[in-house]
Amino acid sequence: MKYVDEYRDLELAGNLANELRQLCSKRWTIMEVCGGQTHTILQYGIEDLLPETINLVHGPGCPVCVTPVALIDKAIAIALDPSVIFCSFGDMLRVPGSAIDLLEAKARGADVRIVYSPLDALNIAQRNNDKKIVFLAVGFETTAPANAMAIHQAKKLGISNFFVLSTQVTVPPVCAAILQAPNNQVEALIGPGHVCTITGLKEYKFLAEHYKIPIVVAGFEPLDILQAILACARQLESQRFDVINQYSRVVESEGNRFARNLLEEVFDLCDREWRGLGWIPKSGLKLSSDYRSFDAEREFASIATSECQESPECISGQILRGNKKPTDCAAFGITCTPGRPLGATMVSSEGTCANYYKFKRFDLGSANA
Amino acid sequence: MESCGIAIGFSDVIRLGHGSGGKLTEQLVEKVFLPKIGNSILNELDDAASLKIGDANIAFSTDSYVVKPLFFPGGNIGSLAVHGTVNDLSMRLARPLYLSVSFIIEEGFRIGELSRIVESLSQAAKESQVDVAAADTKVVNRGAGDGVYINTTGIGIIETRHPPAVRKARPGDLIIISSDLGRHGIAILCAREGLELETDLLSDSASLSALALRLARLGPALHCMRDLTRGGLSSALNEIAHASKVGIEINDSQVPIHPAVRGACELLGLDPLYVACEGRFICIVEADRADEVVENLKLDPLGQESAIIGRVTEEHPGRVVSRTAIGGRRIVDKLSGDQLPRIC
Repeated sequence: MKYVDEYRDLELAGNLANELRQLCSKRWTIMEVCGGQTHTILQYGIEDLLPETINLVHGPGCPVCVTPVALIDKAIAIALDPSVIFCSFGDMLRVPGSAIDLLEAKARGADVRIVYSPLDALNIAQRNNDKKIVFLAVGFETTAPANAMAIHQAKKLGISNFFVLSTQVTVPPVCAAILQAPNNQVEALIGPGHVCTITGLKEYKFLAEHYKIPIVVAGFEPLDILQAILACARQLESQRFDVINQYSRVVESEGNRFARNLLEEVFDLCDREWRGLGWIPKSGLKLSSDYRSFDAEREFASIATSECQESPECISGQILRGNKKPTDCAAFGITCTPGRPLGATMVSSEGTCANYYKFKRFDLGSANA
Repeated sequence: MESCGIAIGFSDVIRLGHGSGGKLTEQLVEKVFLPKIGNSILNELDDAASLKIGDANIAFSTDSYVVKPLFFPGGNIGSLAVHGTVNDLSMRLARPLYLSVSFIIEEGFRIGELSRIVESLSQAAKESQVDVAAADTKVVNRGAGDGVYINTTGIGIIETRHPPAVRKARPGDLIIISSDLGRHGIAILCAREGLELETDLLSDSASLSALALRLARLGPALHCMRDLTRGGLSSALNEIAHASKVGIEINDSQVPIHPAVRGACELLGLDPLYVACEGRFICIVEADRADEVVENLKLDPLGQESAIIGRVTEEHPGRVVSRTAIGGRRIVDKLSGDQLPRIC
């Protein structure tokens, strides 16, 4: 397939891996920020090609995973309200709250619908005047503009039965939180290509300068990742700390000005809790005062937020910071599985532990292990 | 104290995922059905049971059809209800003979639409050379059904002394797919969700009877056959690896996939190895017969994209491993429920 197969070429992949093998004089620890990139790395077995001098650690960029359990519980409680049609992207439905997930809520009678765009949820609102339509807005800066557009449209069209439960987060603050931690081991970042399509590179230039770390903004195909690892290693070997745009076929240095303006209009920055990492200042997006009437938190304020305790066994915080890998965890694949995740990184198909569980358990013997 | 992250209380109601052919289905079968109604025949979990009645070897299978939408590009619930059951019989190398058909119809359903469904059911039965020997009709209240559900049960005569079975794969065997993957699942998804992907992709729903019987002359060299339905290629391979206690290795770049299916999967974040088919099978044969099988299948229009996609190994028993396009390795696990489109 054109524009796809070119980025999955066996020979080119081998060449990049060879170049890396010759280049590296010591072991470097590189973190890919985005969950989509983690998925590619595991789905294509990229680590099988890498020399031992490259230590890939997997970052916090799975928005589904880092959504706190208390918020999932709130979503489920809202969904179970008989006056509500609850709309969500597919991969949120199987994320467990403290008792059940949204699929289970659906089985118990909640009207839960998978949508492919927030505008679909808006259409449902227009067709169901007697219901409250709640859209669960998850994601980073990549998905936020489409959510903003739906809210903007709802206001323009005077739709009053459409609400958004925002768990949206932004990438640069969490990168800073990881890089400034005293035990940080990450020496280079593979930046999130689709996020930068919206935001541009400015904030990443600041991170690179401030934390003296090379950042290569990359795409999501296997060769994108391999090229980005090589560009990181070249900088590390020569001790340069620049932002390189590997994904120039999509990302422009200024980002998408229209989308950014829309985000600024519809959302305000807020402090947000990240599952596994805790509260990070100014890392979330909430509805701005002009759009407050569409805020599901306000509409359903009477639904209390549950108090949740994370499992003491779970090391997902260490994994999200790049200090540990899933295989370092005693619970991995035993008491912690995608069906019964103990913590953030086992939750969604883009979570590091879930990816290891799905793609990397070669030696566990049975398919039911 | 119960930690917040632990999923509890998931067992007391049926979820849609229990019907998706993945791990949840497997749990339901193993925990609810087999303990009460299991026996030496049912416990084999083959596509069709093999029964000895007098001197005859009979293949026997049943399936219910609840597809939504009822009409989709390339077929409708009527043709599907014939193909699905005929194909299950064909996976034991049986010649399908008779079907029973039960209709469960919702009050208010248009008789004109029902006629179209019956017309294509009749057409599919003719093409598959089976007769409808028994039938039943029930009507349920408006709102209690999705238009029409159909159940078909089929019997056929097994004409080989060596019927393939899910537990017969041996290390060294090669794995062959009868044609390209995933057209049915993507055609249905596009029709159901109104996805405008500008493709004229049709479902692959078809009777595999004639194509499968081409393999009868292989005798004992044909070890397993499995048609690819819910859960797609991944479920079929995992079931064989599990039942035969062998490892399976496939090569991603050798699996034939129509460009429109690949494109849709790329867009939606779906893995084509998990997408449903209704007119495709895999067979596992002794290695020195594999080229002959592919050539033979390619003589039939339904087998034109036939290809060797992998091999059976002694290593990693119970596991399906894929060699990726760039030369890495990954596990191809069974899904726990339906495949859900990803956010980004």
